[in-house]
Amino acid sequence: MDKLSLEKIRSEFPILSEIIYNKPLVYFDNGATTQKPQCVLDRINYGYKHLNANIHRGVHFLSQRATEAHENARKAVCDFLGADKREEIVFTRGTTEAINLVAFTFGEAFCSEGDEVVVSVMEHHSNIVPWQMLCERKKMTLRVIPMSEKGELDLDAYKNMLNEHTRIVAVTHVSNVLGTVNPVKELIEIAHVHNIPVLIDGAQAVPHIKVNVKELDADFYVFSGHKIYAPTGIGALYAKEKWLNALPPYQGGGEMIAAVTFEKTTYNELPFKFEAGTPDYIGSTALAEALRYVQEIGIENIAAYEHELTVYATERLMEIENMRIIGQADKKSAVVSFLVGNIHPYDIGMLLDRLGIAVRTGHHCAQPLCDSLQIPGTVRASFAFYNTKEEIDVFIQALKRVVGMLL
Amino acid sequence: MKINEIQDSIVEEFAQFDDWMDKYALLIDMGNSLEPLDEKHKTPQNIIEGCQSRVWLNAEYNDGIITYQGESDAILVKGIVSLLIQVMSGHTPSEILSNELYFIDKIGLKEHLSPTRSNGLVAMVKQMKMFALAYRSKEN
Repeated sequence: MDKLSLEKIRSEFPILSEIIYNKPLVYFDNGATTQKPQCVLDRINYGYKHLNANIHRGVHFLSQRATEAHENARKAVCDFLGADKREEIVFTRGTTEAINLVAFTFGEAFCSEGDEVVVSVMEHHSNIVPWQMLCERKKMTLRVIPMSEKGELDLDAYKNMLNEHTRIVAVTHVSNVLGTVNPVKELIEIAHVHNIPVLIDGAQAVPHIKVNVKELDADFYVFSGHKIYAPTGIGALYAKEKWLNALPPYQGGGEMIAAVTFEKTTYNELPFKFEAGTPDYIGSTALAEALRYVQEIGIENIAAYEHELTVYATERLMEIENMRIIGQADKKSAVVSFLVGNIHPYDIGMLLDRLGIAVRTGHHCAQPLCDSLQIPGTVRASFAFYNTKEEIDVFIQALKRVVGMLL
Repeated sequence: MKINEIQDSIVEEFAQFDDWMDKYALLIDMGNSLEPLDEKHKTPQNIIEGCQSRVWLNAEYNDGIITYQGESDAILVKGIVSLLIQVMSGHTPSEILSNELYFIDKIGLKEHLSPTRSNGLVAMVKQMKMFALAYRSKEN
């Protein structure tokens, strides 16, 4: 990304010009949530100004307009993920809700006592706890794919783990702590040999790398809007049509029904069967706008530039004595986690904050991963395409000062 | 010294610095000079789990006076632990329970104690008062 287009991009994100404690904000917490470009903010505003009416059931003009916008947004998500049919896209509140939806309904339909679910050691709590709840409910066992010291999944262990009791595999595409890009295509292929479906947690992947669910042959793929420059509270579940047909509804209410009597309710067709209650049509249309924006810049351009940032940050971090980069996989996304000597991550994060730099500290909702590495957590810098090398320089200078105070 | 006198002197000590990084440096010094908590007191019972850092707290009661000891794995938190101990330790349960803790607010460290910063400190202050409450009811 050249300097000119970078300046233009930064000017499109109003929050990036915020001043924090009299210092320009350096926002390196994009793994937690991303900032929103003006076009997305405008779209939210436009939604409430020009198409606010409850959708699907209304006969009036505004309702029709809102319905059309919402369904166009579904098509936008479908195209973005490379899915076949818009019926395969279910809007959710985000990744967490999407995983809970699958864990619950899949469990109801296909799981029973003695069955097994496979996850990996580097999962976010959102891709652990729903499966643990399922295991508790159905008296099943949770199996965990281990990883190497570098932070790469142990594929041999994975292969040996799959057996006739395995019902589903749920793995993250990109680790939110280590940045590891997992070989999900291979993981899916291996599971499919045994006819086991696979759910991929794409929360940390879709903002950074090109994803095509058909190429991956994923059975379920989930992501959150707010991590890809869209508002909070909207996300999506992609699922192959055959699965969505086979699964029972998740929540009951309006929208998801075909006909209701006190004796029996019949359910609506896909994808509405899984969307109880008034949908977030403002969120969905703003999500579509964010996806359009990302595609306009080009996800390949974004990936290449963020890779440059990640490599540069890693190199500069290594200038600091006792630096320990946590996660050294060959394929990494825009995340650098680290520790310096025995300094607690919290101390580094608090002091950096006072210097205007937003990083994340702690276990990043991946406690089992930190336990397995025997660390209390990490300091994590995670990048977006609006970040710059100059910001990394500011960050390194601040970090050196902070480490000097704490050692 | 009375609890409020200690609080005032701490506020004064921090007021000499304008730059926040200097205030933090002072807090780090205080954390470093806090007497380490005896390993025998680092029991699961004495741990106050925060999301970001861990805090241990122990209390002893002799001749009507409570003595607190504590520690944390993060040095900034340890600094605040040290401040809390300076203020609260060495007083009777009634004194501890009847005085408002205002020094943290006045220094501007309130963010450390707000419930959204889950570093175990809110729980720590609460626990210090719970000890005092328990010892007071023992007195009666």
